[in-house]
Amino acid sequence: MTRKLVYFLPLLVVAVLLGFFIVGLQRDPRELPSVLLDQPVPEFALPGLPGREPPLTEKADLQGEVVLLNFFGSWCAACLQEHPVLQRIQDEGLVPVHGIAFKDQPDDTLRWLKRHGDPYDRIGYDTTNRIAIEFGITGAPETFVIDKAGVIRHKQIGPITDRIWAETLRPLIEDLNEG
Amino acid sequence: MTHSAPRHRIARASRLARAAGILLAALLAAGAPAGAVEPNEMLDDPALEARAREVSKGLRCVVCQNESIDESNAEMARDMRVLVRDRILAGDSNAEVEQYLVDRYGDYVLLKPPFKPTTYVLWFGPALILLGGAVAAVAYYRRKATGPAGPAPLSPDEEARLHALIGDDEAGPGAGTRTGRDQGGSA
Amino acid sequence: MIPEIGHFALVLGLFVALVQSVVPLVGAQRGNLAMMEVARPASVALFLTIGVAFVALTHSFLVSDFSVSNVYMNSHTDKPLLYKITGVWGNHEGSLLLWILILAVFSLAVAVFGRNLPPMLRARALAVQAMITVGFLLFILFTSNPFERIDPAPLNGRGLNPLLQDPGLAFHPPMLYMGYVGFSMAFSFAIAALIEGRVDAAWARWVRPWTLLAWIFLTLGIALGSWWAYYELGWGGWWYWDPVENASFIPWLSGTALLHSAIVVEKRDTLKSWTILLAIITFSLSLLGTFLVRSGVLTSVHAFATDPTRGVFILLLLAVAVVGSLSLYAWRAPQLKGGGVFAPVSREGTLLLNNVLLSTAAATVLLGTLYPLFADALNLGKVSVGPPFFNAVFVPLMIPMIVVMALGPMLAWKRGDALGAAKRLWLALVAAAAVFAATYVVAGGAWTDVGAAFGMGLGAWLLVATGVEWAERVQLFRTSPANSLKRAVGLPRAAYGMSLAHAGTALLVMGIVGNTAWKAESIQVMAPGDVVEIGGHSYLFEGAETVDGPNYAASRGHFILRDEDGTALARLDPEKRQYTSPPQTTTEAAIHSDGITDYYAVIGDPSPDQGPGAYVTRFYHEPFVPLLWYGALLMGLGGVVSLTDRRHRVGAPTRARARGAAASAGGAVAPTGASARV
Repeated sequence: MTRKLVYFLPLLVVAVLLGFFIVGLQRDPRELPSVLLDQPVPEFALPGLPGREPPLTEKADLQGEVVLLNFFGSWCAACLQEHPVLQRIQDEGLVPVHGIAFKDQPDDTLRWLKRHGDPYDRIGYDTTNRIAIEFGITGAPETFVIDKAGVIRHKQIGPITDRIWAETLRPLIEDLNEG
Repeated sequence: MTHSAPRHRIARASRLARAAGILLAALLAAGAPAGAVEPNEMLDDPALEARAREVSKGLRCVVCQNESIDESNAEMARDMRVLVRDRILAGDSNAEVEQYLVDRYGDYVLLKPPFKPTTYVLWFGPALILLGGAVAAVAYYRRKATGPAGPAPLSPDEEARLHALIGDDEAGPGAGTRTGRDQGGSA
Repeated sequence: MIPEIGHFALVLGLFVALVQSVVPLVGAQRGNLAMMEVARPASVALFLTIGVAFVALTHSFLVSDFSVSNVYMNSHTDKPLLYKITGVWGNHEGSLLLWILILAVFSLAVAVFGRNLPPMLRARALAVQAMITVGFLLFILFTSNPFERIDPAPLNGRGLNPLLQDPGLAFHPPMLYMGYVGFSMAFSFAIAALIEGRVDAAWARWVRPWTLLAWIFLTLGIALGSWWAYYELGWGGWWYWDPVENASFIPWLSGTALLHSAIVVEKRDTLKSWTILLAIITFSLSLLGTFLVRSGVLTSVHAFATDPTRGVFILLLLAVAVVGSLSLYAWRAPQLKGGGVFAPVSREGTLLLNNVLLSTAAATVLLGTLYPLFADALNLGKVSVGPPFFNAVFVPLMIPMIVVMALGPMLAWKRGDALGAAKRLWLALVAAAAVFAATYVVAGGAWTDVGAAFGMGLGAWLLVATGVEWAERVQLFRTSPANSLKRAVGLPRAAYGMSLAHAGTALLVMGIVGNTAWKAESIQVMAPGDVVEIGGHSYLFEGAETVDGPNYAASRGHFILRDEDGTALARLDPEKRQYTSPPQTTTEAAIHSDGITDYYAVIGDPSPDQGPGAYVTRFYHEPFVPLLWYGALLMGLGGVVSLTDRRHRVGAPTRARARGAAASAGGAVAPTGASARV
């Protein structure tokens, strides 16, 4: 009898595999969760955009209050989609929105902000991807929620929508503000 | 598009790739590859440069698909290559450079997955599969050695048909040893 | 109008395929010959409908009918004729249509040439084949209609990716599909045999040619893809362990195992349920490859047409095919009784070992390819599995494989004499040791050269052993030359096929090992007049110019390759091309090959800050790469030669019988058959 069961083995293996595929189909293999969660913000040194104040130049600029740190660039199409949402968040006044423009020339960034509006408090920039690597991100937009102690508490990959803001980010920030 | 890789060309290339869609439409996500490392990225010291190449070959380009940063033309890969060289110049060992990126991107960035509990299945898997195959083969030989009597011989009719089909200098696998219809009779 | 005809033909084909998958099966169950015979005209009709659809799509491409969305997306009026045609399958929808066409061609071949098959087996196999076709027709009609129109029609198309506008890649997909789909024949025969409850030597003999045919195409298809990557991608690599490559390599591994286990079924009437399982698994792996490539569950360097609905559909198709066939297997396979008993040390024993190793290799590559998916699904975190893993686990499996590959053909069936065989292989052992020592010394005698020298020795071992085995068969030097010649002529083609394929494997091993160990590269900026030395050869840069091609502009560099003595060997003129539709850059490497080593030059971007006329240049010293292509060609050739063996011929049984009688009269000895009777 046990010998007959051996013949079911291939079926069993395949059933397990199919199960994995069903799960796999619902996931995006390219989405990379941050390993920096609950880690302190990495040290960095950036220039501010020429002629625009205030600049985001170092880690200390982010500390002392809960902040949103948004990575963007004038080359980034999805950032444009997120742009009005960031503006609304800024207008709401719950949390300061800082920005880092990466892989971007300061002139391009400034032109882009002039054209589409400027929802940011502090802005720093990097003409390379170095700052993006420092924060372990793979593209734009990505947004970090950083608590008062300068610890990363959440990362949003892709544009923030009104829904994500209302359902995920705002409650989190309110919690962090109380804590 | 919900999330842009930091370069226009990538988005365009992936669209092209969708349109192109052929096996081995390789490396499109990063544009046309042609050996990625550029002379202006390279270190002057050949020994350090060789180390940088070695480390780069084991690091995954995080905006590409399954390419090492050494092979990828994506700007992100280029900047990671430069970073690797900067770390090496700053005195990091190869392992320290890798750890630097693992701290930021996780094990995902390593093309050779680290050996740890979550990858035991991966690393021990091949040996276990081979062991399973060996056990099955041994079981097969044992069963054969003590196995039941030989199968029923062919009916003359079947015999004739087999000869007609194969029929030539070879009597096939020896007329007496082949199986007829299964003996259980459930067919 | 013509696209609509094509679309209609596909729908019609679906109905034909439905009829073909039901009626013959019922007929076989009831013993109704008339119903069984429906399968043959149905196969012809199915082929005609799919053929019409394929011709219709090709026509749309040829006349650049941009009202057809598929043509608009993948073609352009400026495109050379060849690439208009290959553009038909240079996309998801069209390649699927090609896939179905090949399925239909295989059905047709069985219907036309399978006259010697028992009617019941043929009816069932064709019905199963039609079921697969139904699945794919549903897939194409519901998710990937190649005849979809757009209104208004655009003025011109988006063009075919220039990387794909290459003869190597134009024929790579059809070859692969012939391989994948060819394994469907083994699958259909396996299912038919399971329904019938009977697997015997005759079954194996019918299945082997189809499997062999599929294997030849898959082998050459993979080699073609590898060759294309080597010369077109511009950095001298030929294998990446990329998920999409693995998707074709895994069925190749299990198909190779199937090829060998089917021999045991044919000669010794044993390993039957295992062979049936391999037949099912091999085709299932082909389907799995399709799923992996087109569903986007894995990230791959080969960005493909990924679409979730398609993914779900293929998964469904895969699930039905695999779960259905393996359930049938679990139910029926225990009733298949094995025949011949054999000792572990015997021809069968080595073939079984070959199967264990090849199956383990296939499972290992599958595990590595899918592990990122497993880890993600179980929330173990994102991991990458790249070349370092595959090399680390694959190579150790191949070493015993190669060692035994040389021994196997020397052993007798049932019970062999390993020591005796090893003694007869003394020459191979000596050659292996000599090659090992010579390579080790020439390479410089460093610690790190031991592995590479061992690999080269292993290749020599297999190559010489294969020669020795042939020499023994023809009794070279042991009998008169005339007698040896007579024996050589009389050897069955299948024996030559094996020798060629094994020799090809030996070359492949040496190519892989040698290139991996001693490849060298040099990247720099060069001004005209500069010389770079690499691998003992020098490259003189004469300068670069801008040239215009039919649908691209290029910068073309001029190099002179010289050997150690300063003798000019070749002019190398690599290009970097900028295509306009679609806009993309490609690298056209210039390669000079002396038959053992390739000298590979690439021109990059201009670098004016480094001096006037300066360019980035790359050189790759690629020793032993040609051995890879010789090896793959020899393997394919071995398959073809074996296929022409009288005993494998699929058609014309009467003729074969007549000639068979003549051959036996002439005293031809079929060595395998002869020893089977020992």
